[in-house]
Amino acid sequence: MLLEVRDLQVEFKTRDGVAKAVNGVNYSVEAGETLAVLGESGSGKSVTAQAVMGILDMPPGRIAGGEILFQGRDLLKLKEDERRKIRGSEMAMIFQDALSSLNPVLSVGEQLSEMFTVHRGMSRKDGKAKAVELMDRVRIPAAKERVGQYPHQFSGGMRQRIMIAMAMALEPSLIIADEPTTALDVTVQAQVMDLLAELQRELNMGLILITHDLGVVADVADKIAAMYAGRIVEQAPVHEIYKAPAHPYTKGLLESIPRLDQKGQELYAIKGLPPNLMHIPPGCAFNPRCPMAQDICRSEVPPLFDVAPDRQSACFFWKETLDG
Amino acid sequence: MPEPYDDGAIAGTGAGGAMDLAASEATTLERTPGGPQGTGPAEKPRSLWSDAWRDLRRNPVFIISSLVILFLVVISLWPSLIASGNPLQCDLAKAQEGSQPGHPFGYNGQGCDVYTRTVYGARTSVTVGVCTTLGVALFGSFVGGLAGFFGGGWDALLSRVTDIFFGIPVVLGGLVFLSVVTSSTVWPVIGFMILLGWPQIARIARGSVITAKQNDYVQAARALGASNSRMLLRHIAPNAVAPVIVVATIALGTYIALEATLSYLGVGLKPPTVSWGIDISAASQYIRNAPHMLLWPAGALAITVLAFIMLGDAVRDALDPKLR
Repeated sequence: MLLEVRDLQVEFKTRDGVAKAVNGVNYSVEAGETLAVLGESGSGKSVTAQAVMGILDMPPGRIAGGEILFQGRDLLKLKEDERRKIRGSEMAMIFQDALSSLNPVLSVGEQLSEMFTVHRGMSRKDGKAKAVELMDRVRIPAAKERVGQYPHQFSGGMRQRIMIAMAMALEPSLIIADEPTTALDVTVQAQVMDLLAELQRELNMGLILITHDLGVVADVADKIAAMYAGRIVEQAPVHEIYKAPAHPYTKGLLESIPRLDQKGQELYAIKGLPPNLMHIPPGCAFNPRCPMAQDICRSEVPPLFDVAPDRQSACFFWKETLDG
Repeated sequence: MPEPYDDGAIAGTGAGGAMDLAASEATTLERTPGGPQGTGPAEKPRSLWSDAWRDLRRNPVFIISSLVILFLVVISLWPSLIASGNPLQCDLAKAQEGSQPGHPFGYNGQGCDVYTRTVYGARTSVTVGVCTTLGVALFGSFVGGLAGFFGGGWDALLSRVTDIFFGIPVVLGGLVFLSVVTSSTVWPVIGFMILLGWPQIARIARGSVITAKQNDYVQAARALGASNSRMLLRHIAPNAVAPVIVVATIALGTYIALEATLSYLGVGLKPPTVSWGIDISAASQYIRNAPHMLLWPAGALAITVLAFIMLGDAVRDALDPKLR
């Protein structure tokens, strides 16, 4: 197992109290596998990723419990210095907005070659050659000429390619992509996703894809973890979840995808808003918005039920959801 | 500072990778939004600094003030280029005499040549201004940068120390500290002004480091394994230094004026050092009988201070993207 997150809990201290952003998340990724983490804004998907990377702002953030096992080692027990060495070389992250994720005063070549000069102790010249090689690899045309240009001179898709190149530079075994295509326009989204998937296959990396775009997920993911209010509500191989969701929340998400055969009808939307993380409702966090909620949902927190081998749902009525 | 990168790379890319999927993006290369209007055929890649330099070269305020400053620097290095006399060679018999051939500015109360003393006074003023500004900028950015970067307890401690020094009144402080100094060199005055001047820069550096620290690319650099010192020096400092440069340039003029103020009060520089402040102080009691003794050094001081403040203003305009 490449990465295993066990019962992870993350809190944020705010002026109004403690916000519980992540409440016992479990997921795992193997080498060469793609896990898509789905969820609305504020569901804790990015915070979980930041905790895995070790770039959570602490304070105000705090890891209240759990384990993050990476290649068998618990990252939370390592010293900051050791974690820093893992970042970049063993695991890397791709961010949503590539323009703001690249330093505007350094040329892209300098930023790419820095990965090699800092982590691998290469000379500046070798680093620059490597930078050109990487830009070729993520299919930036005329890499040799463009290596000295600045981020603002590249288009959105090209910038995201450069971010991907930086993350891939040292061939890490795990990549976390936090909504890598959200800031791009639709035609470019597909190209960037394809590139990411292709490089992942080539290098046999584990990929955690954080997104709220169900269209992106269907093509590239192996399994899906849907998050709600800091918990995983359903985890399943990608095809099974599209065929028949086992949690009312996932079902609601899938039903809100616009479909060609529903022309003229109003779009489905899950009613209500995600809960305030400082006052998560008792019982199942989704119960105020759930069409199937019963008394038990308001008093007891549903555990993860095994629906099938490697498929779980945190709903008391998973059977009914699956059938209906 | 990034070196400007100069060739027709942008024009080349669109045609270069025509067969590649990615080429469709390359053709959508954007120009920097809000940049200066069309600049002819030679489209150079631009950074904040090269943009600023282009603006400055066309700004008459910058040209005039830098010519004045260049002239001041030259005569403070080689005053004998334009003044053949000795500023300390005085003839009491000629005290207070007005303009005459060979001595265009007349003589002062001690019978020294006012022209020669005004020329030689530039050296003191430029030395004091430049050294104080360097000291203030280096020490102030160091303290402010650390406070802003590490935050929390360090920030609180360093900010309070800054406040304490900020609270010392300049003239009163000067009277107290400098009245006990007996050295007749410029260094005690410079030291005192650094002591009182650094909090201004520290506050600005702190603020701009905090702003730069929140940029996504700093977080991205962290996620790719950059160390604290690397993030601070390579990613934060170059993006936070502009406001410090602007304030330091404007302050340079005021330090020259402050040296004159302190010398006027009798606690700054002491004879035999040649300084405009000393001469203004000595001449002020004879303003009715021999105004030329006051007007020449005072005029030189006013022009010098104005030149530095105008330079600072031009630099600020050039570095502020919102004014473009």
